[in-house]
Amino acid sequence: MSTAPRLTALDALHRSLGATMTDFAGWDMPLRYASERDEHNAVRTKAGLFDLSHMGEITLTGPEAVKALDYALVGNISTVGVGRARYTHICQEDGGIVDDLIVYRLGETEYMVVANASNAQVVLDALTERAAGFDTEVRDDRDAYALLAVQGPESPGILASLTDADLDGLKYYAGLPGTVAGVPALIARTGYTGEDGFELFVSPEHAVELWQALTKAGEGVGLVPAGLSCRDTLRLEAGMPLYGHELTTSLTPFDAGLGRVVKFEKEGDFVGRAALEAAAEKAATKAPRKLVGLIAEGRRVPRAGFPVTFGGEVIGEVTSGAPSPTLGKPIAMAYVDAEHAAPGASGVGVDIRGTHEPYEVVALPFYKRQK
Amino acid sequence: MSNPEKLRYTKEHEWLSDVVDGVATVGITEFAANALGDVVYAQLPEVGETVTEGETCGELESTKSVSDLYSPVSGEIVEANQDVVDDPALVNTAPFEGGWLFKVRLSEEPKDALSFEEYTKLTAGN
Repeated sequence: MSTAPRLTALDALHRSLGATMTDFAGWDMPLRYASERDEHNAVRTKAGLFDLSHMGEITLTGPEAVKALDYALVGNISTVGVGRARYTHICQEDGGIVDDLIVYRLGETEYMVVANASNAQVVLDALTERAAGFDTEVRDDRDAYALLAVQGPESPGILASLTDADLDGLKYYAGLPGTVAGVPALIARTGYTGEDGFELFVSPEHAVELWQALTKAGEGVGLVPAGLSCRDTLRLEAGMPLYGHELTTSLTPFDAGLGRVVKFEKEGDFVGRAALEAAAEKAATKAPRKLVGLIAEGRRVPRAGFPVTFGGEVIGEVTSGAPSPTLGKPIAMAYVDAEHAAPGASGVGVDIRGTHEPYEVVALPFYKRQK
Repeated sequence: MSNPEKLRYTKEHEWLSDVVDGVATVGITEFAANALGDVVYAQLPEVGETVTEGETCGELESTKSVSDLYSPVSGEIVEANQDVVDDPALVNTAPFEGGWLFKVRLSEEPKDALSFEEYTKLTAGN
């Protein structure tokens, strides 16, 4: 099947900025504007501006919206207060991860679920089906929002100059409606870079206006437009999983080292409960492969799918790898057998196109910001 | 983009300098450097190694991908650019100057080299 890629409301702007575009989950998205290394470093030390309009928004409203979400997802959504957000997973009956999600509680009976672009349709279909027995409406809001993210230590200052919203009162993983540069926006203190930052959900018709206002407000403090390439190295350094790499339908949250997102104590049944209880028990008695960090001693870069080896034997597989601008060395996330997963485990390497390159096993994340 | 007119090129986006005393310098074009993104690792052929026109002789690794390096000529490697091995970003910042990759003593004239005009036409649509 070949269809024309979808364009975000900011498409013309990206092209006028000279962005290198790439196909991502059916969308034509900016990969980088100039140097991805410079964009990465700007987000770590100043600020970066991202277009994330490809992400999929789904709204649930109605008296039983929260019950529907508790049944459909593995998290305990009924404990999320108004204006707060929660990271969670949606799983299959067999416990396999369909997607990782952020659920924002926008009002007493209104929730917005944000799914990965590549899974938005699958998640929409699953939520629609799973919510059928509840008094709630599931609304496809993918076209209702453009999503801009300002990430980096300068982002609170940049945003504060454009809004009256109480940013100091807005905690990490919280989101509330407000106005930014005169544009109505859902202002969320979330992101995928390991830095402080904000995600701004706005009507697509306001996207260009908001982008320009943010660009102007960030001019003096080093804000630069940032593409998906540096988003990937930023999240990798921060040890954040990416769907299709660290998370797949063939892994349960327990296999991914994220068993804590599964809340068995919540009321009622939820999709995948029985399988996940078995997975939790298995993980407690016999540890599955563990997700670890690898830091290269040399300069060759491990890529997703490369075998992790020890004494000539394959003991795991790289799920994401890239040169780390912050560490100055290639890094990777990999699932490895439990006996080789301890930080400092010696003799571990990655088979890079036929050569065993030595790697140091470390705990994730590679990078944690100073607060 | 400004490809130097005096160079010759290949479809794989290498450039080849004039031959001086039988030796030519090889690099990749700005077009290739841009397509790769930030180059972070360069594996170059070693001095004394024999390379063959159109065959792989090394690799260039960038943030997002790894690409084979093809030799645009046949001959013997007489020098590899150690500056690029130490600082691969030179391939991005100065692809036609400090970011050259290796020098070859030609054993024969290249068969498939493109002129400046031919290469410019090849990349114009991109």
